[in-house]
Amino acid sequence: MAYDYEKSIRPGKLPHIWCPGCGHGIVMKGLIRAMDACELDRSKTAIVSGIGCASRMPGYLDACTLHTAHGRAAAFATGVKMARPDMTVIVVGGDGDGTAIGGNHFIHACRRNIDMTYVVMNNYIYGMTGGQFSPTTPTGDMASTTPYGNPDPTFDISKLAIGAGATFVARTTAFHATQIDKLIAEGIRHKGMAVIEIIDDCPTTYGRRNKFRSVVDMMKRLKDMTVPVAAASKMSAEQLEGKILTGVLFKEERPEYTAQYQQVIERAQGA
Amino acid sequence: MAKKVALLQGNDACAHGAIYAGCKFFGGYPITPSTEVAEVLSGELPKVGGKFIQMEDEIGAIASVIGASLAGSKALTATSGPGMSLKQELIGYACIAEVPIVIVNVMRGGPSTGMPTGPGQSDVMQAKWGTHGDHAAIAVAPASCQEIFEETVRAFNLAEKFRMPVQILYDEIVGHMRERVEFPEPGELEVIDRSAPTVAAEDYKPYDPTQGQVPPLAAFGSGYKFHVTGLNKAPDGFPTTKAELVDAEERRQIAKVMDHVDEIEKNEEYQTEDADVIIWAFGSTSRSARYAVNELRKEGIKAGLFRPITLWPFPEKRTAELARQAKAIIVPELNLGQMIYEVERVAKDACTITGINRVDGEPINPGQIMDRVKEVL
Repeated sequence: MAYDYEKSIRPGKLPHIWCPGCGHGIVMKGLIRAMDACELDRSKTAIVSGIGCASRMPGYLDACTLHTAHGRAAAFATGVKMARPDMTVIVVGGDGDGTAIGGNHFIHACRRNIDMTYVVMNNYIYGMTGGQFSPTTPTGDMASTTPYGNPDPTFDISKLAIGAGATFVARTTAFHATQIDKLIAEGIRHKGMAVIEIIDDCPTTYGRRNKFRSVVDMMKRLKDMTVPVAAASKMSAEQLEGKILTGVLFKEERPEYTAQYQQVIERAQGA
Repeated sequence: MAKKVALLQGNDACAHGAIYAGCKFFGGYPITPSTEVAEVLSGELPKVGGKFIQMEDEIGAIASVIGASLAGSKALTATSGPGMSLKQELIGYACIAEVPIVIVNVMRGGPSTGMPTGPGQSDVMQAKWGTHGDHAAIAVAPASCQEIFEETVRAFNLAEKFRMPVQILYDEIVGHMRERVEFPEPGELEVIDRSAPTVAAEDYKPYDPTQGQVPPLAAFGSGYKFHVTGLNKAPDGFPTTKAELVDAEERRQIAKVMDHVDEIEKNEEYQTEDADVIIWAFGSTSRSARYAVNELRKEGIKAGLFRPITLWPFPEKRTAELARQAKAIIVPELNLGQMIYEVERVAKDACTITGINRVDGEPINPGQIMDRVKEVL
């Protein structure tokens, strides 16, 4: 029997706004499967986003959903989680939203190790505003604001998250659809800041400018550019040149922020 | 039993007022001269089971406050000048998404970094217009430590009742002066909580105009699943660009305040009954003005003080009435002329209107006001 996504999607809210071939729909289905796998009570689940194509996702999902301002999702989510530590908090958004305008909130949410799952859909571009380069656009690539090729160095979002203190960091791609739910579910179950980077594709504003002739080409790129962490351990540096690792990249146990704050309350109340 | 009495700084009084009002969340970023509000709440909030978080910047601070409020907590942030400017975008978010939050702005000079430890009344127009788009604004402007306590409680009440951001505006002089503050007993001051929905969870619409001008707000996690966005939205909370829905939403959000001005407005008048000259002053400036009125009365000059405690919405009706009664209105402000434009808007041609302005980090003293009164008479 086909998987029942319908029960997780708000009636009357589809079709979604994403372009044909965009990977965000694959991620949304993965997120739904992950929430189901974790048996989340949707009335106790907050899904928070900023601005951009990916950030429109919460509107389609049946839960407590919060579509905020550009870049601020992690900070709004921090307030929700602090006020209601019993809620499951999931942040969804794009690379520009999360690591450019929202970079400060992103790294500090990682530093605090607050219990939320941040799903970053990294398609290397600002899609909604028409294809301007983002902090993850590869150097040299074309975007609407890099007519001579992107001069900027790029962020590795997963490394950024690990460096900033997130205690669960995983990466996969829209091509690896069956891995998405497993990694998000593991992130949801993890007590602390979980970052799931999903490299996906924007055929309309990135692919078109960067000589990908079709969505299939873009998906093929996602397949070819990645190596699972387990396989990578057996590969040479030359073989790994230009490859991106997928799977759980980092995991550690460290005190979670709202739990730590509960101890502050107990100290203040003289317990 | 005698009431609890303490010698408190204005900023401390604000923090204690917030606790009295039922504040359970503070998200802030340190900035002079507002910092003591955060410092006191970092100690007081956990005692009542509340949460304090020092965020990474001012934008994160107000974002966390909006998130906490949506999750059901009364929530506060405190800032000054440049921090207020950083919060502006999300004040607009709280306006359109109708989220009750309270923002304290302890005013200093400016623009930019200006004079961080000097007083100013430089953000009164920022309080009214400081976000993009059309929106209503409520701001209160206490002038003493006791009043800061009480107006902080009222600011929370207004935020919860009208489901919107409310600002508490006072200048550094009031924020840092120390005065006797009497703590009201529980129940002595009214404390209002937002109205919760009574409809079944599946029928809940967070912006349903049939539920009144201020539709009830459910809390995340309370069993209601709904969508909140900064986009223009239909009554169910989902984005729309339908002209009639967008127009109706924006107009309702302004009307919910402007139809209740009488209830929101609060002023103090001193010796205005027979006054020939009205000194129109708020915050620390009003304290110099009151002194000046007393001195002028001793000399037989009929001066009076009009002190708006609610700064926004602007006290149009009473200001216009006083302008018809008096020969002149004097507007002393710690800026180069902001509120005077509003006084002129409602009272021009009725009497002489003149300002006294300082931006040098010094207060406007009673002598300056007395001199000007004598000039205009």
